[in-house]
Amino acid sequence: MAEHAAGAMDLATKGRVLVVDDDASLAEMLTIVLRQEGFDGRVVTRGDLAMEAFHDYRPDVVLLDLMLPGKDGIDVCREIRAESGVPIVMLTAKGDTVDVVVGLESGADDYVVKPFKPKELVARIRARVRRNDRAAQESLVIGDLSIDVAGHSVTRHGAPINLTPLEFDLLVCLARKPWQVFTREVLLEQVWGYRHAADTRLVNVHVQRLRSKVEHDPENPEIVVTVRGVGYKAGTA
Amino acid sequence: MLRARAPRGPRARPGEGPRRRVPGALRRGLTFWRRSIQARVVASTVILTAVVIAVVGWLLLQQTRDGLLDNRVKAVTAEVADEVQEANTRLTSASGQDVDPSVQRSDLTELIIARGATRGYGVVVAGPAEEGVRIAAGGTVRSSHFAATSVPVSLERHFDKPDAAMAWAYTSIVHTDNEDQVVGHEPGIAVGAQVHLPADGSTYTIYFLFPLEEQANTMSLVVRALLTAGTLMLVLVAGVSWLVTRQVVTPVRMARRVAERLASGRLQERLRVSGDDDLARLATSFNQMASNLQRQIRQLEELSRVQRRFVADVSHELRTPLTTVRMAGDVLHDARRDFDPATGRAAELLQKELDRFETLLVDLLEISRFDAGAAVLETDDVNLIDVAHRVVDTTRALAEQRRVRLEVDAPDHPCLAEADVRRVERIVRNLVTNAIDHAHPDGDRSGIARVVIRVAGDDQAAAIAVRDFGVGLAPGESAMVFNRFWRADPARARTSGGTGLGLSISMEDTHLHGGWLQAWGRPGEGSQFRLTLPRRVGGSLRQSPLPLVPEDAPEPVR
Repeated sequence: MAEHAAGAMDLATKGRVLVVDDDASLAEMLTIVLRQEGFDGRVVTRGDLAMEAFHDYRPDVVLLDLMLPGKDGIDVCREIRAESGVPIVMLTAKGDTVDVVVGLESGADDYVVKPFKPKELVARIRARVRRNDRAAQESLVIGDLSIDVAGHSVTRHGAPINLTPLEFDLLVCLARKPWQVFTREVLLEQVWGYRHAADTRLVNVHVQRLRSKVEHDPENPEIVVTVRGVGYKAGTA
Repeated sequence: MLRARAPRGPRARPGEGPRRRVPGALRRGLTFWRRSIQARVVASTVILTAVVIAVVGWLLLQQTRDGLLDNRVKAVTAEVADEVQEANTRLTSASGQDVDPSVQRSDLTELIIARGATRGYGVVVAGPAEEGVRIAAGGTVRSSHFAATSVPVSLERHFDKPDAAMAWAYTSIVHTDNEDQVVGHEPGIAVGAQVHLPADGSTYTIYFLFPLEEQANTMSLVVRALLTAGTLMLVLVAGVSWLVTRQVVTPVRMARRVAERLASGRLQERLRVSGDDDLARLATSFNQMASNLQRQIRQLEELSRVQRRFVADVSHELRTPLTTVRMAGDVLHDARRDFDPATGRAAELLQKELDRFETLLVDLLEISRFDAGAAVLETDDVNLIDVAHRVVDTTRALAEQRRVRLEVDAPDHPCLAEADVRRVERIVRNLVTNAIDHAHPDGDRSGIARVVIRVAGDDQAAAIAVRDFGVGLAPGESAMVFNRFWRADPARARTSGGTGLGLSISMEDTHLHGGWLQAWGRPGEGSQFRLTLPRRVGGSLRQSPLPLVPEDAPEPVR
C-alpha cells in the first residue's frame, strides 16, 4: 500500500525536493510553491537530521541553507556528496562572500541568493532534474576517457570514474564539440541553464572539481583545457 | 715665505667634490646635506674650528717672526759696531805712517771681506761719500757672490753725507756666480757704517749684508708645525663632533624608523628605553603615544568588525523573511484573478512594493558593505562602449514606457578602462535610469524626450557621460545629488520607484575605481552626469576625455 502510494506520487510529480532550512515559514512556503510547480517536497529544519531524511526520502534535488542548527550546511553538503551525486542547490543570504565559493567547493552544484524570486528557484531545480528526460544512445571519447551518455558513466580503460550529474553534464558538453572553445557564459547557459549572465565562479569551481577527478595531473590538465582569456575546451590528447 | 697660510680644513660637505660633474650626484649630495643633521653639525664645527685655528696661527706666526727678526737685528748691529770699531782702531793706529791710500783702503776692505766670508755675511764697500758716487754706478769693492744691488737705495741715501750714524734696513740679497750673473735672492739685513780713511781723508761707507737663512728655516719649521697641528686638530674636532652628534642623532633616527613602521601599520613596534635622560623620556612619551594609538585603532577595528558582523547578520535575518513574504506574494499574485477586484489589486500592490522593498534592501546592504570597507574590485579590461550598449538594451523597455529615446554617441575605437564590469554597468545603469526619470521637462510627457550617452577614451582615461534635456539641476544641487536619499524637491512624488541610494552607490563604486563621478545641470536645460575612469587601476586622473559641461549647453546668462 505504502509502496503503491509512493509509486503513484512518483508518477504524479516531476521530482522530489528535500528542503533543508532552519526557517520553518520559508521552508513551508517553499514546499507550497514547489507543489504548485508539480514537485514533491519534504522539510528538514536541523542540519543533524538532514542525512537521516536524505536516506529516508531519496530526493532528486536538495535545497540546502548554509546556516543551520545542529550541523553546518557545508558539512551536510560534503556528507551528501560523499555518498551521492544528487544535485544540491545552496540557499544563501550572502551572495558575494567566500561562503559561496566554500559551498561550491564542498560539492554544491548551484546556488541562489536570498531573496530569490520563486520562478528563478524553480528554473534552477528544473535545470538540475531535467537530465532525467533525455535517454538517447550516444557514446563519446575525450582523451583516454569513454563516455556513455545514456548509461551516465565515464570509464578510463574500463575503470569507471565517479562523477556527479553536473560534472558529467559539463564533461559531455565539452566532449560533444571538441573543436569549440566554450566561454564561461556559454557553459553557464548550456550546463546550468542560466539565460542571463551569472556568476562565473560556478564554472571555475566545477571545472576544478572535474579536473581533480578525470585528469592524470590536475595541475597540467589535458582533458579540460583552459583557453586563456576565453574559456575552456576539450583536450585533443 | 714668512706669511702664514690659513690651514684649510678637510672638506666637510660630502658630495661637494663631484657636484660639478654629475647632476645626480649633486642632487644626492644635497639631499644628504638636507637630511643629515649630523653632517651639518660636523661641517659647521669643522668650519668654525678652521677659522679659529687660522686666526690663532696667523697671530702666532707674526709674533714669532717679529721676535726672530728683532733678535737678529740686535745681533748684527752689535757685530757691525764691533767690526767698525776695530777697523777704526786699526786705521787710527796706522795713521802715523805715511801710507798709500789705495793700499790702506784695500787692506781695510780685504780684511773685512775675509772676516765676512768666514762669518757668513757679505760686504760692499762704496766709494768715498764726498764724491757722491752711487753704488749702481760701480766702483765698489764687495765680497764675491754678493751683488752690489743688494744694498737698498734708501739705506744708501742715508749715507750720502759723511759722518752719518750706523743704520740698517731689510733687503733682498742678490747672489751672483763667478761671472757676475744673478743666481738667486734671499731675504737679509743690510747694515751700513762709515769709516774714515786717514790716508786720503775720505769717508767710505761699508755695507754688511747678513742673510736671514737661519731665521727663514726656523719660520718654515714653525709654519709646518702649525699646519700639522691645525690639521690634526681639525680631524680631531670633526671626529669628536661626529661622535657627539651621533649620540643624539642615533636615538632620533631610531624613533623615526619606529614611527615609520607604526605608520605602515606595524602597531606593536616600540622604542627601547634606556636610562633616564631627555632621549629616554622622549622614547617613553613616544611609546605611550604609540600604545594609545594602537588601543584607539584596535577599538575602531573592533567597531568596524562588529559593524560588518551586524551587516552580515541583518542581511541574513532580513533576507530570509523577505524571501518567504516574496513567495507568498507571488502565490497570491498568480492567483489574483480568482479574488474579488479589491483583493486582487491588493495582491498586485503587494507584489509591486515587494519589488521595491527588495531593491531597497539590496541597495542598503550594498551601502553598508561600502561603509564597512568590505567591497572589493574584480578588475578586467572593460570597453565602455560595450557597457553603454548593454545598458541601453536592458533599459530600453523602461525608456519606451516613459517615451524616452536613448542615443549612444561613441567613437570607432574601443574606450578601455581597467575596471570591475559589474560595478561599472551598475553605475551606468543608475545614470541612465536616473536620466530617463528626469528626461521630460516639468513632467510633460506629451513629446518624446532624448537621453544621449556619450563615450570617449584616451591612453589615460575613459569616460561616459549621460545627458538629459529635462528639468535640470538648480545651482548647488549638482553636489547634493549624490547624497543618500536626497530629493531635488521633497514635495515631488517619486516616479521611478528608485530607492534614493542609486547615485550614492554609483559614487562609492566610482571611488573604489579611483575615478570621478560628477554632475552638471542648469534649470530648464537638463543635466549631464559624467563618469571618468583611469585607464589602469590605481592610475591618477588629470583630465577627462569628455567635458563635464556639454558642448550643446548654451552659455550661462550673467
